[in-house]
Amino acid sequence: MSAAVPIARRTSGGDVAGSASRVPTPRRPGHTILGVIIIAVMLFPLYWMLNVSLQPAGNAVATPWLPLDLSWDGYATALAEQGGNLVTSLIVSLGAVVFSLVVAAPAAYALAHFRFGKWVVVLLFGVLTTQMVPGIVVANALYSAYSDLGLLNTYVGLILADSAAGIPFSIILMRAFMMSIPASIVEAAYVDGAGPVRAFVSVVLPISRNALITSALFTFLFAWGDFLFALTLTTSESMRPITLGLYSYIGGYVSDWSPIMATAVLSSLPAIALLVLAQRYVAAGVTGGAVKS
Amino acid sequence: MTATEVRAGSGGLVPPAPARSGRRRPVTRRRLVQFAFLVPALVYLVLFFGYPVVKNLMMGFQEYTTRTFYTGEAPWVGFANYVTAVTDPVFDQALLNTGLFTVGSIVGQFTIGLLIALFFHRRFHLSGVLRSLLLLPWLVPMIAASAVWRWILDTDHGVLNRTLDLLPFVDGRPAWLTSTTLALVAVIMVNIWLGIPFNATILYGGLQEIPEELYEAGSLDGATGARAFWHITWPLLRPVVTVVLVLGVVYTLKVLDVILGLTNGGPANATQTISTFSYHMSFREFDFGVGAALGNILVLISLVFAIVYLRLNRRAIDE
Repeated sequence: MSAAVPIARRTSGGDVAGSASRVPTPRRPGHTILGVIIIAVMLFPLYWMLNVSLQPAGNAVATPWLPLDLSWDGYATALAEQGGNLVTSLIVSLGAVVFSLVVAAPAAYALAHFRFGKWVVVLLFGVLTTQMVPGIVVANALYSAYSDLGLLNTYVGLILADSAAGIPFSIILMRAFMMSIPASIVEAAYVDGAGPVRAFVSVVLPISRNALITSALFTFLFAWGDFLFALTLTTSESMRPITLGLYSYIGGYVSDWSPIMATAVLSSLPAIALLVLAQRYVAAGVTGGAVKS
Repeated sequence: MTATEVRAGSGGLVPPAPARSGRRRPVTRRRLVQFAFLVPALVYLVLFFGYPVVKNLMMGFQEYTTRTFYTGEAPWVGFANYVTAVTDPVFDQALLNTGLFTVGSIVGQFTIGLLIALFFHRRFHLSGVLRSLLLLPWLVPMIAASAVWRWILDTDHGVLNRTLDLLPFVDGRPAWLTSTTLALVAVIMVNIWLGIPFNATILYGGLQEIPEELYEAGSLDGATGARAFWHITWPLLRPVVTVVLVLGVVYTLKVLDVILGLTNGGPANATQTISTFSYHMSFREFDFGVGAALGNILVLISLVFAIVYLRLNRRAIDE
């Protein structure tokens, strides 16, 4: 997944259920049917991924439409061969989440509440400009730097590089949220004797919980889905994120697709889990954000 | 710390009154603490975006190969890398492919995304659930999506060709990923599929912001259906459209995962873009200087597009 900066909307996340609950939803069975068809077409490749992953080995010639002959062999092979890579991806992604939030949250707060005058605009513009830098340019330069610093094939190296999508995203998303925190709440903390750091940690961060969660979810997905840095900044099999494991699977001649699709399904689980468990945060992450036009 | 100090410290927009000069020291220290909030992010952005851009500009003028990693020497070669890159027979094709890939992907993603957004803008049962499900293709790792598309598009056993076989008017089986004429079309198709959720969701958000009263007022004047779209929806959606298109092009220009996952730039460079070509020169040929030169050309294209588009758009809005 390529990075995405949250865009110009200030729908405050309520667009999933908020507007629907006020006015009763009109019955439009025709619309519902057409909507289901659109989504079915769009999600067909993902269904196919699941279907193939559940087929027994040797069915590769022409995959049946339904996994009637249910088999978990694909998953057994996938876990045996790619289980370690899944763990690597998990460590790197969680590391990137922690690192991104620690770096981005104070900056977002500073850009939202401290009066830096025109510098705020300059800095925000700088953050947005990062979106134009192609990953290959970053990888090209990082490879030689990492090689000198001994960061190739390390967790630290991948965590730092994989935060490149999450940090600009989180700064912009969290700043937009923190703008809505009234200055009086923070000033009240100052009156109680708190310094800027205490006020930030004990007042601003708890209020910004939702923005932090949304930033964390997306940073996780960006890092989890990263392919380019995995491809260029690791060279050994011992340090291989799942995306690269999948790529090396499809790189050669493929005789049995079910372990590959099982790996693809496993690598998609975080996205599916987030959509089910944290739907409103995901919606807020895609549409919520900054850059008031 | 008193409340007055807070106000003095946070009132950066107002020039400090001379009477406060006695307080300059605490204010300066406060300023330093405030600045410290920004430091980690600034350092990160400089190291992971600023440094690579500058380093690539320099590498573009250097002979930077595997030998450099052993000897530490990267002699300056002027524009030699750019000459090598641009005169490579693959370059023209990669440039053309980049253009076709970007325009094809954006037109497809935007048009279908807008239609889906307009459709979901009329609320109906299950619309919320279906809209969230639409995000899935965008949330799964691109390389996982590429993997399944590879199998779907397989010439002999792929489900797409098996379905086409059932249709009476299709002859033979298109070699989606292995024919030089179709591979780029297939790659664009998959990239459109990947981009629809993003476009549809942002445009849907934009549609939701347009006040309902405008349509009610418009319908009194006879503006319904297509006329309502062109006279109410489109002008008001314009800022969102700008953001979607600019970001879309900028993101599409640098796409790598999808192409590497589906075709690796092949067959016979039929799907090579500037981005994959740069990857190829650096990490397959280990000629980092030429790879950097290609990366710089990509940044330049991106920059020129963003500036030209935003200029034209501003002029169009001003008029």
